[in-house]
Amino acid sequence: MSPDLTLVLQLLIGGVAIGGVYALIALGFVLIYKATDVLNLAQGEMLLLGAYVSYGLIAQIGLPVPVAFLITLAFSIVLGITIERVALRPLIGEPAISVIMVTIGLAILLRSIVIGIWGTEYRVYPDVLPKESAQIGPLSVSLEFLWSFGIAMALVALFALAFRYTRVGIAMRAVADDQQAALSMGINVRFVFATSWVIAAIVSSIGGILLASIQGTGILLATLGLKALPVAIVGGLDSIIGAAVGGVIVGVLETLSAGYLDVPLGGGVRDVAPFVFLVLILLVKPYGLFGKERIERV
Amino acid sequence: MLALNNVEVMYDKVILVLKGLSLEVPDGRIVALLGANGAGKSTTLKAISGLLRTEEGEVTEGSVELDGVRLDRLDPSEIVRRGVFHVLEGRRVFEHLTVEENLLAGAHTRRDGGINGDLAAVYGYFPPLGERRSGTAGYLSGGEQQMLAIGRALMARPRLMLLDEPSLGLSPMLVEEIFRIIRRINQERGTTILLVEQNARAALGIAHHGFLMEGGRVVLEGPAETLRANEDVKEFYLGLTAVGEKRSYREVKHYKRRKRWLS
Ligand SMILES: Nc1ncnc2c1ncn2[C@@H]1O[C@H](COP(=O)(O)OP(=O)(O)O)[C@@H](O)[C@H]1O
Ligand SMILES: [Mg+2]
Repeated sequence: MSPDLTLVLQLLIGGVAIGGVYALIALGFVLIYKATDVLNLAQGEMLLLGAYVSYGLIAQIGLPVPVAFLITLAFSIVLGITIERVALRPLIGEPAISVIMVTIGLAILLRSIVIGIWGTEYRVYPDVLPKESAQIGPLSVSLEFLWSFGIAMALVALFALAFRYTRVGIAMRAVADDQQAALSMGINVRFVFATSWVIAAIVSSIGGILLASIQGTGILLATLGLKALPVAIVGGLDSIIGAAVGGVIVGVLETLSAGYLDVPLGGGVRDVAPFVFLVLILLVKPYGLFGKERIERV
Repeated sequence: MLALNNVEVMYDKVILVLKGLSLEVPDGRIVALLGANGAGKSTTLKAISGLLRTEEGEVTEGSVELDGVRLDRLDPSEIVRRGVFHVLEGRRVFEHLTVEENLLAGAHTRRDGGINGDLAAVYGYFPPLGERRSGTAGYLSGGEQQMLAIGRALMARPRLMLLDEPSLGLSPMLVEEIFRIIRRINQERGTTILLVEQNARAALGIAHHGFLMEGGRVVLEGPAETLRANEDVKEFYLGLTAVGEKRSYREVKHYKRRKRWLS
């Protein structure tokens, strides 16, 4: 295999792996948008907090990884419920722009909490995933990538199936379609809202842990979390499959542009590429790749 | 029995829509609630099902009671659990869900294992739904969507179904078909039905008893056959004058209608 091809494949594998994690994070974003019509701009900070809490439990307190992981999960659940109760429920029915402002305020608050406790310096995240590489032909594939991708995609698939087939999943989709009609069948809309925030907090935390173990822990993780926005929009904002595909596309775009364009163009292209792509997609498909179109019957 | 006693409903704390409405729906009956657009029929149903609160509405006077238990302070989900199911005006199917998922959403409050049997029963009442069970509900025809809305209610096994204008926008043939099924549901399952309609002819065709609303109050009530024979009802709601020619009730002066009902 030519060195060029090897490089492309290597980049692709890295991109797909990171993209899988983006997809997982975007899932949280999509869920909240679908069920509650809220654009949650604090998703990146929820991820940050999850990553740091798990960091603190493992590296600073010294808990075994599985225990730390479970505590982080419990923490995320409480975080999701608290955010929904305290910050968002009072705003039901308020204009979208007020709600978005609240999520921005929430983002600043969460970020300040992290900086207050852990400071801003970069930290090396403890090894929770295997660091070795597997040699596949001429390619060396980091096991960490494979694991992250596998975990993220398994979770996305799990949520997608739950959404499709379980009672709560159907209730969540019903609420997304028509809140009053859902209420009329006895569906507890407040419970559905809270559930969306809890799931969003959980997937953000897990995404945060995966990204942190690949790239280390730093405030910049929040920026990665915000990538969920283009990922979700590319996918169509309200589609789980869309989030999965969008995540992988954005991940691949990033690594390819980092590998090929950063040097000639002077760096930073990897952060811009997803947004350029986003604009292109929206020009062609205004509802995103998998967004549901409004059903119009005549 | 469902009883509304002197119910007043206000929207946004200022707009008084129901002005002392009383009506009774005995168990096992079909009761029609008739009235022109804006009379307050949908508001009445929302006062029963608890959905008023989603529209900043409130029962400010009087009470809504099911077998003596007050409903007007309960959550909508609690009211569904007590066996009262509100089929909203305009069908309101979950457009992006399949037919079967819509039906399962209707069974949301059920905890027993009989759901598959009830799916089969709904497909029995409404064969077109069975044929399209995995189709997206948003693409059903208007008549099929109305069937789905009623089917969704059946899935909750309610003892009392509130139907808000099931005939809306349907062809006369479809109206007849759907009303036949409503009557069958009442007869075969003993489901009590409060049927809100502007189509008085169709509604009085299957109802046992009827109430006529205007301006947030009941202005006339009686057994269905009496109402069918009533000159005013004939004239203004069945679209027939004494000599049998078609006529719109808009053509007739409002005060005349009122006076005759009150006398
Ligand atoms: N959510 C609401 N807020 C304010 N006014 C309302 C609301 N819903 C209905 N109304 C008013 O209450 C009156 C009765 O409406 P409605 O109950 O829908 O009548 P109907 O179903 O008989 O056509 C109308 O004048 C309508 O404008
Ligand atoms: Mg109405």
